[in-house]
Amino acid sequence: MSVLPTSIAFFCLIAVFAGLFGFTTILERKGLGRLQNRLGPNRVGPFGFAQFIADGIKMLTKEDIVPGTADKLVHFMAPLALLIPVCLSFSVIPFGPKLVFLDFDAGLLFFFAVGAATELAVFMAGWSSRNKYSLLGAMRAIAQMISYEVPLVLSALTVVMLVGSLSLTDIVREQQPVLFGFLHTWHVFTPWGLAGFVLFLIAAAAESNRTPFDIPEAESEIIAGYLTEYSGFKYALFFLGEYLGLFAMCSLGITLFLGGWLPPFSFLDFAPGPIWFALKLLAMIALFIWTRGTLPRLRVDQLLNFAWKFMLPMALINFVVAAIWHYSGQWIFPAAIALRWLICGALIFVPYLLFARLFTRRFTPRTYRYAD
Amino acid sequence: MIGKGIAKGFIETARNFVGSYTDESRLVTVEYPEERLPPKENTRNFPFLVFDGDDAEKGLRCVACKICEKDCPPQCIYIVLERDEKGRPQKHPKVFDIDVSVCMSCQICVEVCPFEAIKMDNEFELSRTDRFDALLLKKEQLAKSNEYYHKLHPTEAAAVDAKLAEEKAKKAMPPPSPSTAAPPQPAPAKT
Repeated sequence: MSVLPTSIAFFCLIAVFAGLFGFTTILERKGLGRLQNRLGPNRVGPFGFAQFIADGIKMLTKEDIVPGTADKLVHFMAPLALLIPVCLSFSVIPFGPKLVFLDFDAGLLFFFAVGAATELAVFMAGWSSRNKYSLLGAMRAIAQMISYEVPLVLSALTVVMLVGSLSLTDIVREQQPVLFGFLHTWHVFTPWGLAGFVLFLIAAAAESNRTPFDIPEAESEIIAGYLTEYSGFKYALFFLGEYLGLFAMCSLGITLFLGGWLPPFSFLDFAPGPIWFALKLLAMIALFIWTRGTLPRLRVDQLLNFAWKFMLPMALINFVVAAIWHYSGQWIFPAAIALRWLICGALIFVPYLLFARLFTRRFTPRTYRYAD
Repeated sequence: MIGKGIAKGFIETARNFVGSYTDESRLVTVEYPEERLPPKENTRNFPFLVFDGDDAEKGLRCVACKICEKDCPPQCIYIVLERDEKGRPQKHPKVFDIDVSVCMSCQICVEVCPFEAIKMDNEFELSRTDRFDALLLKKEQLAKSNEYYHKLHPTEAAAVDAKLAEEKAKKAMPPPSPSTAAPPQPAPAKT
């Protein structure tokens, strides 16, 4: 690869996703407002859509305060250490048939390896600030991110197992065959794919510190977690890094389960791939905003219990179900597909109910003896 | 079943989202600078001086007795008594300043004023570009007409007007002679 196209591609990638970040912040604020029967920002620009420019100017012109007792170098490095891996993780995502920055065989591995580096950045931020809230936030972030990394990787691994490749472009191509003459075989249209997608979404929300898993930043408990001592430009960088991380996670989810740049129906193949990818990305972002407007924050113990006692076993079961689905693909008798769906669906749904019972038993309705 | 409550929540917020575009009654936001709610009668913010008639200077009810100045907890009132050339007090304030950046809206000045001269305003848009002088309100800025007072607090103002009229009537009547006046009632014996 020569230098010029590479750098052009790089700047395009950064510009598009930074622009999307700005757009998402305003979309999120307006969307959350509407979800709560409020108006949301509507002052700057048409319908308030230029609000992110005003916010950006405000952020960048603010005083950049570094605590006197902070570890200045680490404090300075932390936002960069977050942003660089997040930007790198975009390089392996195929946004279109030929629109992939680095198309190499271990794309998924690279994505997760780079994504894991963000945890280090979060801990750097919390540790170097010399503030107990920052440190608490960082500790929570580490506990949460490491716990949810496991179901995240496991749910992605089911796809790898069935496709037989770590290359993300191969994974998308695998979803290209057409079913019933109009439907692309997206992985989400299989029982294991559906369950895997839900598991992936939950784990992705936890990985990118989105509500209901935003305990590292829990405003009502620990001010802003590891962001407490950050202000001005560095805070903006953290903010950018977090949103870019969310976009990267969404992009990976789209690639693995939602057919990447493939249109939903084969008769829509004429439209270029990046358009479909962008639409799916926006839909995923909307889903995350909707979740944020709906669910309250979990407690730390609930969060970790959920990761280890529900997400992890379900991901492992899903693994087995994917194998069954794969080998039952050789069945050739009428209604084979219905039987496959029935078996695989039951194998996911019954353990789900059992695990659910395990949780609900501990959260029986409370009776108040002295109140009321 | 686990997840049922979550699904219900998602449906509820989706209903909010769609409803906020279709159903006007859901959006209760009052977009403040353009729209505003009518002020409540009992709101109060900072004190003002009431004057009767048309002339703000002559009609001022304040007699510069300085009771409010002495009772003001944060000491935000400053009064100087008007004197004529011979140095006799004129029952009129020469200077009456209230530093609204210090005032804590406690209404004690209103409670202690025997002349119903100081009342609470509900003007709240007091942002200024100057931190010091602009928030030190002078007598000219503080003086507001009795009609204005009626507009702000109609019930209270009507009661005050009735009380003042009664006092005026009492003053206008000739003082009753000691013989016709009823002798002071002796206090009922405590049992």
